[in-house]
Amino acid sequence: MKKSLYELASVIRSKNSGPFQITLDVLFEEEKIYETVKRSGQITRQRIAQIYQIDEQKIRELVFFDPALGFKITFDRTISSGTCFDTDVYGAQQHVPLGEIMIPV
Amino acid sequence: MKKKKEIKILSPCGILGYGYPKESFMNGMRMEPDAIVVDAGSTDAGPHKLGAGVAIVSRQACKKDLEPMIVEGMKRNIPLIIGSAGGSGAHVHVVWTVEIIREILKEQHMNAKVAVIWGDIDKNLIKEKMIAGKVRPLGNLVKELTVQSLTETTGVVAQMGHEPVVEALKMGAEIIICGRAYDPSPFAAVADYYGLPLEYGYHAGKILECAALCAVPGTTKDCMLGTIRGDGFLITPLSEQRKCTKLSVAAHTFYEKEHPYLLHGPGLLLDLRDCEFRQWDEHSVFVTGSRLSRQYPYAVKLEGARKVAYRSIVIAGVRDPIMIARIEEIEAAAKEQVMAYYSDLEPEQYQINFINYGINGVMGKLETSHVRPHEIGLVMEVIAQTQEIADMVCASLRSTLLHYGYEGRKSTAGNLAFPFAPSDISYGPVYEFSVYHLMEIEDPLSLFPVELISLEEDLY
Repeated sequence: MKKSLYELASVIRSKNSGPFQITLDVLFEEEKIYETVKRSGQITRQRIAQIYQIDEQKIRELVFFDPALGFKITFDRTISSGTCFDTDVYGAQQHVPLGEIMIPV
Repeated sequence: MKKKKEIKILSPCGILGYGYPKESFMNGMRMEPDAIVVDAGSTDAGPHKLGAGVAIVSRQACKKDLEPMIVEGMKRNIPLIIGSAGGSGAHVHVVWTVEIIREILKEQHMNAKVAVIWGDIDKNLIKEKMIAGKVRPLGNLVKELTVQSLTETTGVVAQMGHEPVVEALKMGAEIIICGRAYDPSPFAAVADYYGLPLEYGYHAGKILECAALCAVPGTTKDCMLGTIRGDGFLITPLSEQRKCTKLSVAAHTFYEKEHPYLLHGPGLLLDLRDCEFRQWDEHSVFVTGSRLSRQYPYAVKLEGARKVAYRSIVIAGVRDPIMIARIEEIEAAAKEQVMAYYSDLEPEQYQINFINYGINGVMGKLETSHVRPHEIGLVMEVIAQTQEIADMVCASLRSTLLHYGYEGRKSTAGNLAFPFAPSDISYGPVYEFSVYHLMEIEDPLSLFPVELISLEEDLY
């Protein structure tokens, strides 16, 4: 059976990490689910680059952090926050495509 | 310097002017804090606040938040420190905050020793540093800084560390108004002033600057208390309705940062990899194991914004199903007609853009859903070299799209539902972050002058 990351996570969010980067945080309530996602092999730089249509080298960080039961992905924006043709000044609504990743459970 | 075994810092709210319950604040005051520290800053709202020199919150909201902090803080004889005054922490924002504080002191018939710490950086110094190769962009998207882009930048601020704030505390200042500061710095300064570990000061500060955001339920609009000791720090919510859990505090280290456990600050790197989060009591969490290393050469983050264009917009709704089915095509045709009409303008003088809410207004080309909605929220936008051109082209675009006779049209009286009259909004200048660079410096203290100010004389 597969479930979407959106269903499995207790927090899934995006936000600016400064005006030139977007950071995605995914946090879980249960260690078991966190471990399942971490070991699923679905969360890769290649996958994130594909979803967000960016070069892999634009992904600055993809880090799992066990004490917080979560992982973080930070990538370069294509347009900096709040200037011409940006559509999300706070970067707060960019998480949904990430949440559509399906994880075998 | 006074040494203490532990200190308590009260953080009333996540951004000065966001508001907080007075009851939580008074709960905090009953815990006998050693300082009240409130962060006022953020770059989240984009480059406009810094570029145009305006605040994030209203004057009234800022004053309403400051009043209890000043009155109760002075009563208990503890310092009040404001980080990144006015949001962006430039000269104009600091002066704006000082004026509000003066007004409160006058109304309350109080007197206070007030210090300001300026965060503005002289452009000539930046030019010297550029020549010496000591300025570098912070990220791939950041444009190279040139003399021209620096000249076009309204003003440049740098994020200060704890050092100048400690200096102001040593001067006996009771109210300290910081220009642009690294958000945790004013908190770390209190820890350092009392001889407590800087790593716990900065880590606690990183949590406290967002006030109750790391509690459950989380919010920036409620108060939090940090107790910093030699062996760690304790985070305690000040409202009965909130709790801190091991997970909620650990997870907060993620917030708005590039990396989950490595945090770069002015002249420092905070490493939270080996932190332990222990449930202290039902509401509080005790944190140990934060590490801090000083980085050499000492680098500060510079921020600056410049005006790049002017904007006009129109907001309209579209409900007709035939139009919704072919909206992109119709918009492209209307755009083409307008551009043909203004063939006397150079193409670089303006740009036309449509945002189709309901289709892909948020995600643009990254949108994964292809379902057509029953209605669209449409934003027509014109970006131009002058406000006059933006207004003129936007008005033509609006009337063209309103009456555009697309193929298969049945609603021949008009294509758009405007929620407002007038429909066109002359939006004003658009800014961009033109400076977002690291600059190597020699002395973190002299870059940020500390000044005791008179309550009577004008701050030029």
